[in-house]
Order: sequence, then C-alpha cells, then structure tokens
Amino acid sequence: MATVWFCLVALMVAMYVVLDGFDLGTGAIHLLVAKTDDERRQVLASIGPVWDGNEVWLLAAGGTLYFAFPQLYASGFSGFYLPLMMVLWLLILRGIAIEFRGHLHSLVWEPVWDFLFCVSSLLLAVFYGAALGNVVRGVPLDGSGYFFEPLWTNFRLGAETGILDWYTISVGVLALMALVMHGSLWVQMKTTGAVSQRAGHVGGAAFWAVTVLTVVVTVVSFSVQPQIKTNFARWPAGYVFPVLAVAGAVGVKSFMAKRNERNAFLSSCIYLAGMLTSVVFGVYPMVLPARNPEYSLTIDTAKAGAYGLKIGLIWWVFGMLLATGYFVFVYRSFAGKVTAGQSEGGHKS
Amino acid sequence: MNSALDVHRLHFAFTITFHYIFPQLTMGLALLLVYLKTKALRTGDEHYNKAARFWARIFGINFAVGVVTGIPMEFQFGTNWAEFSKAAGGVIGQTLAMEGVFSFFLESSFLGLFLFGEKKLGRIGHWWAAFLVFLGSWLSGYLIVATDAWMQHPTGYAIGANGAIELTSFWGLLLNRWALWQYAHTMIGAVQTGCFVMAAVGAFYLLTKRDEAYGRTFVKAGVLVGVVASLLQLFPTGDMQGKLIAEYQQPTLAAMEGLFESQPNAPLAILGQPDVQNRRLDNPLQIPGMLSFLTYRKWTAHVKGLDRFPEDLWPDRIPLLYYSYHVMVGLGTIFIAVQLMALLLYWRKKLYQSRWMLWVLMLCVPLPYIANTAGWITAEVGRQPWLIYGLMRTAHGASPRVGAGNAWFTLIGFMGLYSLLAILWCFLMGREIHLGPEPPVMHTHGSATPAAAD
Repeated sequence: MATVWFCLVALMVAMYVVLDGFDLGTGAIHLLVAKTDDERRQVLASIGPVWDGNEVWLLAAGGTLYFAFPQLYASGFSGFYLPLMMVLWLLILRGIAIEFRGHLHSLVWEPVWDFLFCVSSLLLAVFYGAALGNVVRGVPLDGSGYFFEPLWTNFRLGAETGILDWYTISVGVLALMALVMHGSLWVQMKTTGAVSQRAGHVGGAAFWAVTVLTVVVTVVSFSVQPQIKTNFARWPAGYVFPVLAVAGAVGVKSFMAKRNERNAFLSSCIYLAGMLTSVVFGVYPMVLPARNPEYSLTIDTAKAGAYGLKIGLIWWVFGMLLATGYFVFVYRSFAGKVTAGQSEGGHKS
Repeated sequence: MNSALDVHRLHFAFTITFHYIFPQLTMGLALLLVYLKTKALRTGDEHYNKAARFWARIFGINFAVGVVTGIPMEFQFGTNWAEFSKAAGGVIGQTLAMEGVFSFFLESSFLGLFLFGEKKLGRIGHWWAAFLVFLGSWLSGYLIVATDAWMQHPTGYAIGANGAIELTSFWGLLLNRWALWQYAHTMIGAVQTGCFVMAAVGAFYLLTKRDEAYGRTFVKAGVLVGVVASLLQLFPTGDMQGKLIAEYQQPTLAAMEGLFESQPNAPLAILGQPDVQNRRLDNPLQIPGMLSFLTYRKWTAHVKGLDRFPEDLWPDRIPLLYYSYHVMVGLGTIFIAVQLMALLLYWRKKLYQSRWMLWVLMLCVPLPYIANTAGWITAEVGRQPWLIYGLMRTAHGASPRVGAGNAWFTLIGFMGLYSLLAILWCFLMGREIHLGPEPPVMHTHGSATPAAAD
C-alpha cells in the first residue's frame, strides 16, 4: 500500500511539473518573447485560464504527501525551511503579478508585474530543480529523523551540505532550461505571429542546453546517488523511464523540425515526465535519502497508518476522476490559438 | 518572544489572521452572488446581472489574495510544526488533501468561467458556474474547519504502535460534532462579512447619490440576508459552540468568561479586566446567574471556575482569550441590533432615505472582520495549552531544528510581503468601488487573465 501511495504522489508531482511547468516556463521567457504590451497580453492569455488550476496540483500533491507520508512531510518541509519559504514568497509574487496586471493600464503598472512574473517564474524553476537535486544527493538527516539545511555551506558534496552546491545548482539550471523549452513550445503552440516565432527560436536554443545538461547531470547523478545504479540493476524494467525521457527529447527535436507544434509540446511533456519518474524510480524505496544511508527515510518509515491509506485511496480515486473531468472541460473550452487582439478583455468570453 | 516556540506561534497567528481577511469575504460573497444570479435568472432583469458582475470583480480581487496567502498555510504545518505534522499528519492530512482534491480543483476550474465566460456559458450555464464556485469555496471551508475541529476535539483516531496518531474512522473525522457546529458558526460569520460589505458599498452609493438603483439592491441584499445571519450566529450556532466548550474544554470556558472561582449562580461578565495574578476580575460589570443559565439553562447551576483546574491546564494567554471572546460577543450583539433596526426601516419603506442608518451601515464595515478574527482567536487561544486538545501540547509540536532566528527571518519576510499586498488590495478595492457597477467601457477587466483569480 505504501508503494501504491509512493507512485500516486509521484504521479501528482509529475502532473504538477508537466502542467505548471509550462506556465512557469512561459513566465521565464515572458520578457524575451513578448516586447509590446499587446504581445505580453497574448503570452499571459495563453496561460490565463489554466495556470491557476495547474498550481492546484502542487497543493493537492502536498496534501496527499502530508497524509500518506507524514514523517516525510515533517522532516522534509522543516529541513528545507528557508528555500521552501522563499518558494512561497515567489508563488505569492507570481500569483499577484498575473492577477493584478490587468486591473490598470499605465506605463508604471504593467511593467512592474511583467518583470515580477518573469523573475519569479525563473527563480521558481531553479528552486524546484535545486530541491530535486537535494533529494537525489541526500540530506543531512540524523537519528532523530530531522535535519536543517542552510542555504549553502562550501558548495561541495561533503557531510555538511547546504541547499545549494555545485550539484544541486546544476540540476537547478537543467530544470530552468527544461522549463524554458517546455514553456517556449507551449507559447509557440498557443500564440501566433512574432511571439510564436520568437518562442520557437528560444525553444530551439533551449533544446540544446537541455540535451547537454541532461547528459552531464545524469552521469553525475549515478555517482552522487548510488541507489540509482542498484535500482536499475535490480529492476531492468525501470529503464522504461529514461527511455521515455530520451524519446521525448528526440520527439521535441524532430517535431520542431517538422513544425508540428502540438506534438513538439507533447514530446516535451513526455521528456519531463520521463526525467522525473527516472529520478523517483532511482531513489525508491527511499523517500528522502540521507547523506548517511542508515538514516534515510523510506516509504515504510515515513508512511501513515494502514486504515488511513486504504480509505484515502477510495476518495482519492473519486476526487481525481472529478478533477480530470474539470481539466478536460477547461482545456477544451480553451482550445486553439490566442491572437494578439483577442486577449483584449478576457479570453474568448 | 525569544524562544523559537513563541516565534512559530506568532508566525502561524500572523499568516493565518491575514489570510482569513479574504476568504471570509469571498465565502460570504459567493452565497450573495448566487442570490444575485438567481434574482437575475428569475426576473430576467439585466440590473441583477450587472450587480453580480460588479461583485464578481470584487470577489476576484479578494479571491486572488486569499489564494496566494492560503498556499503558505498548507506548508507551514510541515515547516514550522514538524512534530505536530509527524504525529497527526495521518489524520489531518486527510482533510487537507481532500480540500485540494475536492474543492481547489473545482474552484479554480469554474472561477475563470464564472468571471470571464458569461457570454459563452449563457444564462443558465453562468448560474451554474456561480453555484459551483460557491460549492467549492464552502466545501473548502468545511474541510479546513473539520481539521481545526479535530484539533479542538479529536475523534476517530487511535494511538499507533510508534506513538503516531492514526485514523481509525473516516466518518468520525469528517462528521465530528464539533466540526458541524463550528462550521455553521464560521460560515455564518463569513456571510455576515459579505452582507456588511455589500450593505456598506450600497450605503456609500446611496449617501453619495450615485448608482442609486444598485445602492438599493446592495443594501437590501445585505440587510435581508444579514439579519438572518446575525440571528443564527447567536442562536443556535454560537450557543451550541459555547455548550461544546462547556462540555469538552472546561478550563477554556472559565478563562473566556473570566471566572476564577467556581460558584453557583455564576455571573456573566459584560465588562472587566482579568487580573490573572490575583485571580480576580477588576471593575466587573456582571449579570448575576446569567453564565449558569447560558451554560446549563439553570440560574442556580454550579459553574467550574479556573480554581478547579491545575494551572498547567489553563490557557496560557487568559487576557487575550477573555478580550477576544468579549469583543466577538459584543460585536455580534451590535450586529443584531443594527440589522434589526435596518430591517424595521426597510419594512416601513424608510431604509433608503434614512441617512443616519446608511451612515451606520457604511461605517460598520470593519466590524465583522474584527468579530470573525476575534472569534478565531477565541477558538485557537482557547485551545491552549493544547495543540491537539488532550493529546499534544503546543510546546511539543514545533519543528525541532528550526531556530528562532530563522523563524523571525521568514516572519519578517511575510510581514513585509503582506504589507505590500494590503496596500495593493486597498488600492484595487477602492478603485473598483469608485468605478462602480457601470464602469466606463474602457475598463475591461483582466486583460490577459481570464481564469485569473483561483
């Protein structure tokens, strides 16, 4: 049962990364691909009706993690105290930037929110990547089941790690590049004209950065976290995840060449899901590896009581079916491209 | 304020207090929006649709701030209260996760359609969008109140082998008696905020002689719904809430009432300052026997005072608890008086001309916010010294590795950020009210952010 919940939480996190990933990426390239106010509205309109629902996956995943693995929630969130709080501040700034921008039309109003939207999206992508890097590398948990990481120590992979070291920073940069690619492909698909074109160029450039960084980070990760090698040796079927990531990356390149914008974006979704599931598979059954392996949190040490996990499965499946229904409804009523003039006064209403 | 524990408490108190300014209005307005949309549907009068659009814009601003300040709440259980989360996550994580899965997805999906999809959805479809937003926000309210109610009065659990608290009854958690009454009391409080705000804006338009047709609609809706809400707030919901406290949190009841000595014919303190050191109420103004009557429906009933309980079971901030409780009850009484007076004038067809009453309605607008906040302080400070009543003390719930310095750092960060939000909120709210229900055509809302507010 704990393994089932491990997979479900991983699925929710993957949903979050794929969905909120494209609107974070959209934010990160906002100032780069949209120059005029009209173009910026076009970019914002491309995520307008959906970004908020996408972010709900973070809350839903957080809540699910909380009741399925309370010990992980407690150790992880208090250990990552400082970066997590900064993520919250960034989420606040980003949320109000998107919300408040349209209320007023002034030369000193919109630029502020455009800048905040871009910077907060960009930093969030780096923070998420660094967080994932921390999970792979392991944290300084001790016998009490707790740890507290400073933002940085000496940037090396010693016993006294900080949130940021050369490894986690490189994962952060990879995450940023991956989401820039993901967001560019989204914007390219959802917009027209100059914005769509610029997004295509950014996406093409980001693709090469992603490719190089993926290879480097993957190779390094095998030495940083030995469990990954063990798991792939033990369950060769797990290779399906990295294969998925590679297939996604290849798909991005070839569909971009064919100018098939939709499939290029979908390939990028597959790449992200493949990368994330590879990591998750690599650390299983650990949920939070420790620098000293004997203190690692595993699904069994972190899980909640059996009854709660069982009853949770019933309402979770029911609730997810409902949520999927809403998402299909919203995305369908939002199908098609956003043109420059169309963003005026709310999308297609 | 030097111990990490105190900073963690202040951290949560500050962020939750600020957060709740916004949901109390949106939950109340959600109901009033359904009222306006129903009116529009039944009368076919475009006036009500315009009124609903105006309030939808106000709703959108408040919802946005409510969402961004709400996200930190879910995370703070883990960041600042790790020991509590570790022990109780298997139980309260259920309700928190259900909130995300059942209400946030619903709200975020339909709010965009409600705010920007009116033409596309049609009359009936738009009514449904309003209704689903209402449903989502009220469901969210229930799951949060059920979480708090479990901390006030834990049910449906057992202590597992490793000392963790495990869920044993899903319905025991969800249908906790405390949760049902607390929910009714909380939501009616939110409706009161919605009603007073709507009535205040209406009164403002009538007093300034602009948009007067809307002014009348808003004042009428605020008063007609508000009078029912203010009565229900006292009885049965407030009354039942008091009875539950008398039954399960006896030291809390004594501290709330400033009753230091056990006695029959226990008096109800209307005014007075608790002097905890000397265990007495200074300058008391009391109604003899009233507390006995309210608690046990018998004037002579014996009520336990704080002297019956060891001091380590007393709530640790008795004056704060006493005052917030008295502020809440005092304001609740004022609301009943104001609303009944307004109803009387409405009934005699004098309400819209009665400038003094409109002044009162307009100036009352901060009071329901204060009353709701004071109510929550009563509930949460009253729960002390327990984090989970009878099971875990607040002193044992914080994150062991997060020191006071780091907690101060993030608390100050939140204070700065929330000050900024407050200023922006005041500016945008003032602007919407100034633009009014029939804004100039240029005012197209949310250029690019259809689904904007979650």
